[in-house]
Amino acid sequence: MDTIQYLDDQGRPLRDLPLSPEELLQGYRALRRARHFDERVLVLQRQGRLGVYPPFRGQEAAQVGVALCLRPDYDWLLPSYRESAAALTFGMPISKLILSWRADPAGWGAPPNVNMVQFYIPIATQIPQAAGVAHAQRLMGKDAVVAVFIGDGGTSEGDFHEGLNFAAVFNAPLLVVVQNNGWAISVPTHKQMKVQRIAQKAQGYGIPGVTVDGNDLVAVWSVAREAVNRARAGGGPTLIEALTYRVAPHTSSDDPSRYRSEEETERWLKRDPILRMKNCLLHLGLWSEDQEAALSEALEAEFLAAVEEADQAPEPKPWEIVEQVYQEMQPDQQAAWQYLRGEA
Amino acid sequence: MIAERGTRVLNNVQAINEALDLALAKDERVVLFGEDVGTMGGVFRASDGLAQKYGEKRVFDTPLAESGIVGFGIGLAMAGLRPVAEIQFAGFLYPALDQILSHLGRMRHRTRGRFTIPMVIRAPYGGGVKTPEQHADSPEALLAHVPGVKVVIPSSPERAKGLLLAAIEDPDPVFFLEAIKLYRGVKAEVPEGYYTLPLGQARVVREGDAASLFCYGGMVEVCLKAAEVAAREGVELEVVDLETLVPLDTPTILSSVRKTGRAVVVYEAMRTGGFGAEIAARIAEEALDYLQAPILRVAGWDAPYPPFSAVENFYRPDAKRVLEAVRRVLEH
Repeated sequence: MDTIQYLDDQGRPLRDLPLSPEELLQGYRALRRARHFDERVLVLQRQGRLGVYPPFRGQEAAQVGVALCLRPDYDWLLPSYRESAAALTFGMPISKLILSWRADPAGWGAPPNVNMVQFYIPIATQIPQAAGVAHAQRLMGKDAVVAVFIGDGGTSEGDFHEGLNFAAVFNAPLLVVVQNNGWAISVPTHKQMKVQRIAQKAQGYGIPGVTVDGNDLVAVWSVAREAVNRARAGGGPTLIEALTYRVAPHTSSDDPSRYRSEEETERWLKRDPILRMKNCLLHLGLWSEDQEAALSEALEAEFLAAVEEADQAPEPKPWEIVEQVYQEMQPDQQAAWQYLRGEA
Repeated sequence: MIAERGTRVLNNVQAINEALDLALAKDERVVLFGEDVGTMGGVFRASDGLAQKYGEKRVFDTPLAESGIVGFGIGLAMAGLRPVAEIQFAGFLYPALDQILSHLGRMRHRTRGRFTIPMVIRAPYGGGVKTPEQHADSPEALLAHVPGVKVVIPSSPERAKGLLLAAIEDPDPVFFLEAIKLYRGVKAEVPEGYYTLPLGQARVVREGDAASLFCYGGMVEVCLKAAEVAAREGVELEVVDLETLVPLDTPTILSSVRKTGRAVVVYEAMRTGGFGAEIAARIAEEALDYLQAPILRVAGWDAPYPPFSAVENFYRPDAKRVLEAVRRVLEH
């Protein structure tokens, strides 16, 4: 199976690009915004102002390229914990994401105009659910599309199989996007499966499977756009394997030196999706260092404003633990609620 | 209100089928699905004729995969539909436990109400009809231990119909366990038309003062039979049908115990860690001073439900074992 690519490792176009100059610029800004977020929340984490955080560095294009194809108030996103970049690009406010990774309840519900389900922590359970959300769109007469994310390790789970099979059987408008970043915490992909390409697994479900260079935004975006268009038109699900690399640790608590050398990481850092996209823009004469500096400044201002907003969220109350268990609080939750409020 | 309606004699499967039919007719968001649920109408015929009547967009077969069924249903519910899934036998729920434990009852909580799961999962449960291995499990305690879900177990056609319609209207996930033994084994008057019965309310199905029998689902008829036998000896037993295990109607349980001073809890699941332990604990916490005897449990033995049908009747509690326990609490 070929890997779809539009940019070479240095970011030079290999052929005519399927995106307009405006789109190329929009895509680059989205990549930079994601990178800025990732770097800055890691600083917050080190300052003790954030909880455990799973960084996505190096995977920006593999997430942003998909999210750029979706409408947040109409389409749906079901991300795993690694997909803050997809969430951000899809429309989740930065302040909400910060609160989310602070494990603050104020960050755990998407705004009403953003159809994103809170990051999935169990592995692969989101796939059958995404198939259901997608099938529901068709039952309700909408042409909305659902994108669900999973990692290479997640494809070993039974729910990956069940979800893809359901999506295929019901011809659900679904993109199953596998972030093949080489590692499931410490276990490399070759210990996870015997197939060479995860996209090959699509054949087992009778649906299209595509492998794309996940560090090439142009390629990811165009592949995702084609799959979204097909799904909207009733053509069913697509399995997209984005080849990328987890250049960062699994989470802020992980120590990769226990299981890998960083030689391969160094190789992948040279294929950085943001550098490639920037070089592409420079090559096409669409970008300047002045614009770069202005963008950095704007992103930092946006981030600082979001931190300030997140900091203003009210302190979570202990009794929120027993709220939202049921729509109507039941006697056992009621008793706990009163106790937690100091009323009983 | 129900009393004003005409009634017909139906068995439990017919009553459930009628409830599903009425729910599909009333609310276009309701969809029914599961293994063999569509064209065939379910292995017990609970959805008989409904795919033909409402079409395959509303009533459909799924691939043979329980985790997929529950996960798919969670997705349908989040998107705004009212899924009613059938798991062919409660003992086949186990592949779906990740979906159930990790998501079904948590989605409202973890999204702070942004996404909710108004979903019903129906499953035939329990023994007494010589089913093959794994077809007679009673996993209600497992399900009652899942935060954010409700657990309902009806004991008669009239109750099954009204409770199922209430479960489908409920804004949160509901497990609806249907005793296989009662599917065709019991026939009773069932009101016509659409009606709901409240979830979370136990009911006294026979009044008495000597001791209280707490039961649900397939054990209600066993307890009523025991009460009849006891009555012949002048001992009046109170039988309380819990109907909803979560949320549990603790006040009705306590008021019965305060009246009789003696409690026997009857369930057909394995005794240890069973739901009867929860009932016993609540009685001990709230009504210890009223007790004149220890709380006893009559339950399945601490062994798998026997796949050996020749001896299965020795596993499932019967009136004889209930009466042995009653004698012990009365003689204490």
